[in-house]
Amino acid sequence: MTKHLISSADLSRDETIAILETAVSMHDLQRREVKKVPTLRGRTVINLFFEDSTRTRSSFEIAGKWMSADTINLSGKGSSTSKGESLRDTARTIDAMSVDALVIRHQASGACHQVAQWVRASVINAGDGMHEHPTQALLDAYTLRTRLGDLDGRHVVLVGDLTHSRVFRSNVITLKTLGARVTVVAPPTLMPSGIGAWSATEGFATGWDLDSVIDGDDPVDAIMMLRVQRERMSGGYFPTAREYTVGYGLTRERLGRLVARNPEVLVMHPGPMNRGLEIAADAADAPQSVVLDQVSAGVAVRMAVLYHLLAGDESARDDAERSVHA
Amino acid sequence: MSRLLVKGARLLGADASDLLVEDGVIRGAGSLGSERADLTIDADGLVALPGLVDLHVHLREPGREDAETIATGSAAAAAGGFTAVFAMANTSPVTDTAESAERVLDLGRACGLTDVVPVGAVTKALEGAELAELGLMARSRARVRVFSDDGHCVHDGRIMRRALEYIRAFDGVISQHSQDPRLADASACCHEGELSGRLGLPGWPGIAEESIVARDVMLARHTGSRVHVAHVTTAGTVEVIRWAKAQGIDVTAEVTPHHLALTTDLLSGYDPVYKVNPPLRPAEDVDALRAALADGTIDAVATDHAPHARHDKEHAFVDAAFGMLGLETALAVVSDLLVRPGLVGWADVARVMSSAPARIGRLQGHGLPLQVGNPANITLIDPDREVTVDATTSRSLSRNNPWHGRTFRGAVVTTLLRGAVTHTTDRELTTLTESEK
Repeated sequence: MTKHLISSADLSRDETIAILETAVSMHDLQRREVKKVPTLRGRTVINLFFEDSTRTRSSFEIAGKWMSADTINLSGKGSSTSKGESLRDTARTIDAMSVDALVIRHQASGACHQVAQWVRASVINAGDGMHEHPTQALLDAYTLRTRLGDLDGRHVVLVGDLTHSRVFRSNVITLKTLGARVTVVAPPTLMPSGIGAWSATEGFATGWDLDSVIDGDDPVDAIMMLRVQRERMSGGYFPTAREYTVGYGLTRERLGRLVARNPEVLVMHPGPMNRGLEIAADAADAPQSVVLDQVSAGVAVRMAVLYHLLAGDESARDDAERSVHA
Repeated sequence: MSRLLVKGARLLGADASDLLVEDGVIRGAGSLGSERADLTIDADGLVALPGLVDLHVHLREPGREDAETIATGSAAAAAGGFTAVFAMANTSPVTDTAESAERVLDLGRACGLTDVVPVGAVTKALEGAELAELGLMARSRARVRVFSDDGHCVHDGRIMRRALEYIRAFDGVISQHSQDPRLADASACCHEGELSGRLGLPGWPGIAEESIVARDVMLARHTGSRVHVAHVTTAGTVEVIRWAKAQGIDVTAEVTPHHLALTTDLLSGYDPVYKVNPPLRPAEDVDALRAALADGTIDAVATDHAPHARHDKEHAFVDAAFGMLGLETALAVVSDLLVRPGLVGWADVARVMSSAPARIGRLQGHGLPLQVGNPANITLIDPDREVTVDATTSRSLSRNNPWHGRTFRGAVVTTLLRGAVTHTTDRELTTLTESEK
């Protein structure tokens, strides 16, 4: 297993599946009355968050605590200028305390990649700018596999602000790794530059017209709506919220057409949702919605990631398996 | 020492000749075997070029003397074969008055390793709103002729127009940092394309440069003034400049060694040493820039030497400072990547790294042919010497060197500024000049 988890591309198909299968055990543990296992006793996990986060930070914290790691949350001071302590100094200062893992969320793309070259600890990317969010992609895959089983050949559609989305960048990698067919949909202004060449290399489809994807030849197994920040309007990415919703929102009417094609279709959203903008309340709360399952999977998947990265040697892993299954 | 004899140098890479220097001026050329001299430099096998001139450096003094000083920057310049450098105005305080320009000039003279020529700001404090005292800077002892808000684009069309009109009175030139701030804002740091999309880095599209260059050449035509395009990076800009020159518009352009050699894919590891403004471009642009330099569309090579303290480069990529070192490595890059493959000859190097920049900057006493009567500003080059770049041994105070570990063929051996040795790797010469002291 890789030492760091910076990009979803760091994980092979076998490694991805191994993490997801471990997450099943962890999820069982989550349903027990006493949730703590000694797997990572004596290990120290630092959650270093330069950017606000509720669900990702709390789920990493709970994951560490249930595995008996000493988990400490630190709020890094966001350095948007070249003033203040450098990222390298911040990272090396914490690393000097002999920590085992640094879980990092940073507003700058590539920050985790850079830190990994400066420290001895394992670095886990909890979201870096517009780049990647690999544990989100894993928990999305976990949620999908729980409902759909094997993802080979399944059709997953991602809709929304692809340009600024790390969830998109990690998901497209993990979904392809697991054999799913992926279509991404956005207005041209919210498509990352160079996506034509990129999608050709990586083998996913792109489109500007959501309805033609919904009504196309290829029924949708899951549709993942990405958050659209309202500030994008002032950036000229699209004219009004109303126009966005008409073009790209998961409205009740669109959900109806999806369900008509495939009653088992899953509705996903990484949160936080802008109800009424990219997703209608009726869709968010529909029986097809697995939004809360995604949140619930977050802890189990992050436990599995910590386990595979930190409980590195075989004997530790055997002990861990025993303690989980005991 | 009053008489210096350079023996057997190949002038502009052609025939070997001796050069006799007296009191800083070339007094004899040709076969001067019998001449006596106080100091003789054995230049057998070396190429002699007129001292190199760099239109675009950042020396950081005043304001950021922890990153570079005029003294350390001058030493780096001399080591790179430069006898004159144009020091950009984006210091703290900004070079936007006659007094601040004269101060830079005087600090450079006191150091004496290279002629430091101040560039004046176009607008006060580089804010793009009101003209700086262009005329007073031109009339000062510093004789400022090149004006630039480099680091910022003079994006307001009306300000650019007035500046171009105004500097006609003293034959000035505006060196424009071409970056439409609406198309590429301050966060833009990666060539906009597939890689910026994948890496999630704010894109810096070529059109942000090209649209400003297109406007500026039309303003130059309209005003009859001179515009110089700093650090050209795209094939599209090359097309615009080629068209403008064909129309007879008085436009000149420079390209940096890094944009001639390094490509955008280097950013895939998020290493801030490769963060530079404008950004590294794809190979197609690099090829177009090389061809444009060879055919004269681009007039000059300028380093955009941009030293930064280590901690200013050790931030997340988008937060790290823009810029890379260039003075000590420029000639080696040009030699290895352009001269050796035959894209340009040594006479072309003399043009793009000495005579053209001196002419664009209206700098007297530099960029002149190695002929009797001209100042003895001479750069001696060993075209076959291999040098591996080691960032830790730089004369610069900074270490943001993108060439670290790379080996180039072609090295500056000795630099003469008005007959004085300002740099040499020649051991014998080092011993002689040391004993003089």
